[in-house]
Amino acid sequence: MSATIDTRHNAKVMNRFELTKLLVAKLTDEAVIGGIGNANFDLWAAGRRPENFYMLGSMGLAVPIALGVAIAQPHRTVIALEGDGSLLMQLGCLATVAARAPRNLVIVVWDNGIYQITGGQKTPAAAARTDLVAIARASGIVESHWAADEAEFEALAARALGAPGPWFIAARIDDKPAVTQTERDPVRIRDAFMRGIGSRS
Amino acid sequence: MAGAGGATTWHDIVVETLRRNDVRLVPYVPDRVLTPLIRAVEADPFFTAFPTAREEEAVGIVAGAWMGGMRGIVLMQTSGFATLPNVLASLACACQIPLLMMVSERGTLGEFNLGQAMVCRTMRPVLSALGIEHHTITRLDETEFVVDRTIRQAIATQAPACLILSPLLTGGKAFSA
Repeated sequence: MSATIDTRHNAKVMNRFELTKLLVAKLTDEAVIGGIGNANFDLWAAGRRPENFYMLGSMGLAVPIALGVAIAQPHRTVIALEGDGSLLMQLGCLATVAARAPRNLVIVVWDNGIYQITGGQKTPAAAARTDLVAIARASGIVESHWAADEAEFEALAARALGAPGPWFIAARIDDKPAVTQTERDPVRIRDAFMRGIGSRS
Repeated sequence: MAGAGGATTWHDIVVETLRRNDVRLVPYVPDRVLTPLIRAVEADPFFTAFPTAREEEAVGIVAGAWMGGMRGIVLMQTSGFATLPNVLASLACACQIPLLMMVSERGTLGEFNLGQAMVCRTMRPVLSALGIEHHTITRLDETEFVVDRTIRQAIATQAPACLILSPLLTGGKAFSA
């Protein structure tokens, strides 16, 4: 990966739904935890998979939930899709991930610098030019990268799905809302996920 | 009276009862009173025990692990529990996940920190408001029964549950007046 491009301000502003589709197209049996709001709405829109869990609350817990699944099922790759605002609420989890160092965990962060779903207010990180990849790397997650553009996002996703992690991949995205919304039936979502990842038959 | 497997301390009883119920994952935010329990599970390869930066994280980890087929329990102090209502309501309760919690009770029976005493008063009202089954363990001879039955009920009914360790059981955090 290019070291010169590996800062937030150098990364291309992309679209979450388009990147979500690129990621989902690469998946086989990986579990995916969709963080609240747009992250899981676009995951839902990218095609239903039984291995997807769509969060409906508990902002900031996509990474911890994914870490729990990854510990329970060490032979399955688990992906957390999280927004920048959500991650800001739970930055300490990056140290926890680094300490556990799960080889099968991939964290993908969609960074638009705003709380899009509540009206587009800027995050404090956007105002401060905080670099989430730098935070992840400094937390001890060695494989932490900005995706410079769609091609590099695809290349990073392919690497993360094939090589030991933990991985932290961040992409700058635009301010577009999700293309649809997830059906809000949490018990059904949870049960379908458990059947999808084989912990219930 | 001895508990599970001849154990004679509350923490030995808890360890053996967790083991018997296949509760292997123990993320925690530390507490002085919980120290012997934390040491025991960290030293025992049956368990996967580790600290998290915040109690919410531990809730997410145990919820995810249960969905993935592994049972766990979150260890924390009263003040840590007070950070949890949002995730209890919107994750454990909404998704019907048998999140197990064990809380070392600060703030009562000889508390020296007013902040802890105030926080403690929020714990049971929050649990009751969310309809979360909770029991306060005060006696060594009841510890095995309460822990065992609470775990089994939580899993069978897919409902979160909270075990509160009273200073009557643990001795609490002592101070010199």
